[in-house]
Amino acid sequence: MNWSLFWDLTVSGLTLGSVYALIALGYTMVYGILKLLNFAHGDVYMIGAFMGWFALHWLGGPVNPSATAWLVVVLMFLFAMVACGGLGVAIERFAYRPLRNAPRIAPLISALGVSFFLQNSALLLFGASFRDYDTFHLIGAKTYNYKDIFLSVPQLLTIVSAIGLMIGLTLLVARTKIGKAMRATSFDREAASMMGIDVDRVIASTFFIGSALAGAAGVMFALVFGQIYHFMGFLAGLKGFTAAVIGGIGSIPGAMLGGLLVGLAESYATGYLPQGSTFQNLYVFALLILIILIRPSGLLGKADVKKV
Amino acid sequence: MSVNGAASLLALVGIDTYYGQIHILEKLNLEVREGELVSLLGGNASGKSTTLKTILGLVQPRNGTVEFRGENVTGRTTSYRIKRGMAIVPENRRLFGPMTVLENLEMGAYLNRDGRGRKEDFERVYTLFPLLKERRNQLAGTLSGGEQQMVAMGRALMSHPKLLLMDEPSMGLAPILVERSFEIIQQVHQSGVAMLIVEQNANMALSIADRGYVLSTGRLVLEGPAGQLLEHEDLRKAYLGR
Ligand SMILES: Nc1ncnc2c1ncn2[C@@H]1O[C@H](COP(=O)(O)OP(=O)(O)O)[C@@H](O)[C@H]1O
Ligand SMILES: [Mg+2]
Repeated sequence: MNWSLFWDLTVSGLTLGSVYALIALGYTMVYGILKLLNFAHGDVYMIGAFMGWFALHWLGGPVNPSATAWLVVVLMFLFAMVACGGLGVAIERFAYRPLRNAPRIAPLISALGVSFFLQNSALLLFGASFRDYDTFHLIGAKTYNYKDIFLSVPQLLTIVSAIGLMIGLTLLVARTKIGKAMRATSFDREAASMMGIDVDRVIASTFFIGSALAGAAGVMFALVFGQIYHFMGFLAGLKGFTAAVIGGIGSIPGAMLGGLLVGLAESYATGYLPQGSTFQNLYVFALLILIILIRPSGLLGKADVKKV
Repeated sequence: MSVNGAASLLALVGIDTYYGQIHILEKLNLEVREGELVSLLGGNASGKSTTLKTILGLVQPRNGTVEFRGENVTGRTTSYRIKRGMAIVPENRRLFGPMTVLENLEMGAYLNRDGRGRKEDFERVYTLFPLLKERRNQLAGTLSGGEQQMVAMGRALMSHPKLLLMDEPSMGLAPILVERSFEIIQQVHQSGVAMLIVEQNANMALSIADRGYVLSTGRLVLEGPAGQLLEHEDLRKAYLGR
């Protein structure tokens, strides 16, 4: 067995998986609270990648950054997360909230509309050509290794910060007042308002958090793979959605697990399966179908819990 | 103005509530005075729950006003009304099943200055329902019906309500538990909380109430002191089964 190939694939699978997991979290949180598949979510991720690029260039660009590289990277993340969080709140406010009591197909159509709106706005505003983060100039080509396992700085950064964000989210949902209100609202919205919980605010917070995570994922992807373009959210969004479904839509740990699985599956498929580098998506979506056939509610999803 | 001299706490004046085009509550007038225990009776689908939802602002009346503590709260949010001192034990309890008993109680204290509920709030509820202290880390959805009823009451009391709304608290409980829960209702009432209790169990509800109202397809058909209603011919035939 070629261990060095295996470890390379594992590392890139975990990196991709971190990105997918962060996207999947937004899908699953919004689904949990509104039972809505927010198909614009992948495009929020795309906008995040662009916001990171703009932050980088406002800060002097990758070749001559006006601050130390790590500070630039932190600011790129912060800017992308806040901008995407705000975008998510606006999308909810204008595209979904007016349809809160409409038949469930209506907000779904609205979500598709927002997706096209964001893609085409990006095309109009940012152009059709690829943009480059030029991570090489910004943080160099340094790699870390443990024996055969090599990680580039962006890979390490992606995996570590994704783990950090996921731990943060888990604590927020488990321990904080807003996190508990989110759980209560997603279980029974009317009962939550009977407690005095401002359900609109809780839903807006959910969109803010989920969209901020997608924004972070966009910056991570761009730091690792370099190039961004207006259509990048489509496939990434679909994979994040796949990850959420595999993990059990509505389940936060499920989204994390699903994301890692999809990332690893994609990476191993690319390296090991026939024509994997061309057909990796075939394998990833075949995995989705297989898992769903075996476990219709996903790996960690519960088969519709009855309300008490 | 009022019989026992107490001030009006809640007043519904000329309420018309619709679901879509369907007229549910018609010209409803209802009052709860401070410290009073009032029963709202009526058969299935007569609009009892809709009345409570109108009081809380979960549905908006098309006409009429809801006054609470001397203030017109008709256009106000549910949050605002709860902050002002309403609380509800909803029909079917509506606990947050996948959350612990403790977290359910915290949700009841959501609008308190310290939203997690102060230690005294928990102690007060645990004194009323000692079992909840033992079960505080259990998921609410795994409790028995009687235990869930305790959580629902405890949750509503966490916010120190001035007015407690209860929607069929006896529903689905074994007779022994019904009696026990009415004892607790009286105990809470004696601590100064005014109550509006919706019930199908009219005998039990009137036996502890000061006054009662009877709804029939969205209109009030009877009202008066509980003792009088208990003796009322029509009510006896319709609801009391004797
Ligand atoms: N959300 C709703 N949408 C439409 N109709 C409703 C809704 N809730 C209740 N109703 C109708 O309103 C009427 C009164 O219901 P409700 O207030 O729940 O009665 P009760 O609590 O006395 O059983 C019923 O005919 C019921 O079907
Ligand atoms: Mg009812």
